[in-house]
Amino acid sequence: MAGGVSSSGGHSVSSAYAAVRNWLLAPSWITIAIFMLGPVLLMAVYSFLTKEFRGGVLWEFSLASYDQFFFDRGLFGDEPPKLHWTYLAIYLRSFIQASVATLLCLAIGFPTAYFIATRPASTRMVWLFLITIPYWVNLLIRTVSMKFLIRDTGPINEWLISFGLLEAPIKMVNTDFAVQLGLFYSYLPFMVLPIYAAVERYDFALSEAAADLYADRWTTLWLVLLPAVRPGIIAGCILVFVPSLGAFLAPDLLGGAKNFMIGSLIEEQFKGAAGNWPFGAACAMVLLTMVLVAVFLYARQQAANARGGG
Amino acid sequence: MKNLMMAIAALLAFAVSPAQAAGKLSIYHWFEYIPQELLDKFSREFDVEVTMDTYDSNESLLAALKAGALGDYDVAVPGDYMVKILNQEGMLDTIGQNELSNRGNILPQWVDVDFDPGRKHSIPYQWGSTGFSVNRNIYQGDINTTAMIFDPPAELKGKINVLDTSGETLTLASIHLGIPQCTQDRDQLKKLDALVQGAKQHWASFNSDGAKDVLVSGDAAVGMIWNGFGAKAREEGAPIEYAFPKEGYIVWMDNVVLLKDAPNRANAIKFMDFLLRPENAAAVTNYARYTAGVKGVEAHLDPALAKSPEQNPPAGQKGFFVEACDAETQPLYDRIWTRLKQ
Repeated sequence: MAGGVSSSGGHSVSSAYAAVRNWLLAPSWITIAIFMLGPVLLMAVYSFLTKEFRGGVLWEFSLASYDQFFFDRGLFGDEPPKLHWTYLAIYLRSFIQASVATLLCLAIGFPTAYFIATRPASTRMVWLFLITIPYWVNLLIRTVSMKFLIRDTGPINEWLISFGLLEAPIKMVNTDFAVQLGLFYSYLPFMVLPIYAAVERYDFALSEAAADLYADRWTTLWLVLLPAVRPGIIAGCILVFVPSLGAFLAPDLLGGAKNFMIGSLIEEQFKGAAGNWPFGAACAMVLLTMVLVAVFLYARQQAANARGGG
Repeated sequence: MKNLMMAIAALLAFAVSPAQAAGKLSIYHWFEYIPQELLDKFSREFDVEVTMDTYDSNESLLAALKAGALGDYDVAVPGDYMVKILNQEGMLDTIGQNELSNRGNILPQWVDVDFDPGRKHSIPYQWGSTGFSVNRNIYQGDINTTAMIFDPPAELKGKINVLDTSGETLTLASIHLGIPQCTQDRDQLKKLDALVQGAKQHWASFNSDGAKDVLVSGDAAVGMIWNGFGAKAREEGAPIEYAFPKEGYIVWMDNVVLLKDAPNRANAIKFMDFLLRPENAAAVTNYARYTAGVKGVEAHLDPALAKSPEQNPPAGQKGFFVEACDAETQPLYDRIWTRLKQ
């Protein structure tokens, strides 16, 4: 990425370099404009168009997609409108699953990252290497393998039964537990790596200083270490939460696709019998808006903290 | 150094570009539905380079074509009702009366069909049924009723897989209730909605492309499935039997269509003619375990097929083609499906 060049340059760059810097950044700006802003704008426009039967759009302005999202007019569409829970419930479920996955990843990922960062420098790379090995395999293959492990006739259940610990297999596949396990497993390294990077930069002399001042281990963790590595934790949480929100491999393969997730609901509008492109676009816009509002509120709170704490 | 790099680049370019063929053919097809050997045979015989992409439902075929894939592909293989829809959407080219020399090989009952009267845009590929298979180790009773899916016996509850497409699953539910497809009658639609809502608690999963695997692995004891895919599951060792429900089941026919703006129209015609030869139609049947729509295939068929229960329904069965609903009715079914998967 060309963008990385400028951030590592710092203040020591010559003025000649500063002049060409904008040009060096141009490829990344153009990439963002064409491949990110372009599709988002297209989607925003489509969400306000009229649907054409069986896919496609008519170029007439319409609010029907947003109306369909938020208001329920009954099975036949002629009852008085009331607030619609069908789609909101799908969004809520996706948010809850992504949140639980993030918390699980944090609970396992933080100690792991801390462990790796506190090893001698010579062995750290080996630990990191071990963490990344499973992720050289495609996500789909890993998800299917997970299904093999946890199915009724899979090795986990068969071992437990053969050792006499169980009478009948534990039902794991096609449950919320399986979806949660799949999300957690898929995104764990995204939590470990940024936290590792933050803990590695942490100056452990600070912990010693805290101990010298009679802080116990918990106090040191809460008041000294965690605030220092907070950027890494936040980066990890965002990297796990955002893809979990749109995930549909784990819900489809491990959860049995019984309930729509945000990802599969949107897919159905484009690829399914519904063929309602404007509604699919509106679903995506609602999600985008929710995430943007959350990020905005967070940024504002950070700014307020910075002012208050300065 | 520079020369070395260029030499490597040239070598790589040579290695990845396939042997130059006289022409190209671009196929858009269902997954796991044509043997590679048959494509190779066509490729050799006509010196044509064949490429194929796959889709997993009639609706995703339509969506891809609408989103701009028209003009990239020469032929596709839509199901019956989708041939009608693609034609209404103006996505099909017309095959001239004398263009196909093997046209006479089409079985008489498939020459003039509702979804393409006079076969102006399509030729038959394979036909079969959509029903379900039941694991006989788990359930020994009578399986020839759609109640296996919609009102299952205790042994089968929580062990059912249905297809993840509203068309087939809601159509089978309509057959179970004995109501017409694409109805606007409110009481009938409410009954349909209540039926699937109530049955969902007994279903383990919605899965189309894994419909065979869930039966083979034992994850599901009952699985909605296409008859040939069910035969494959049985041949892979699943202790299952394909049902012919007394209420009826879904019958379908897949067809090779000539797409509008086909980049290699002449090769597309050659390919269709090639598929109308009995030995080639039989090769597809031997692979996919469905039934060809072409005369004279019997001599080339795998002998096991003649005895295969999936291909040989008992007499007096009721089969229904899936209907394409109109713009007013389809949203009602979409709403039922969304409520089901809420």
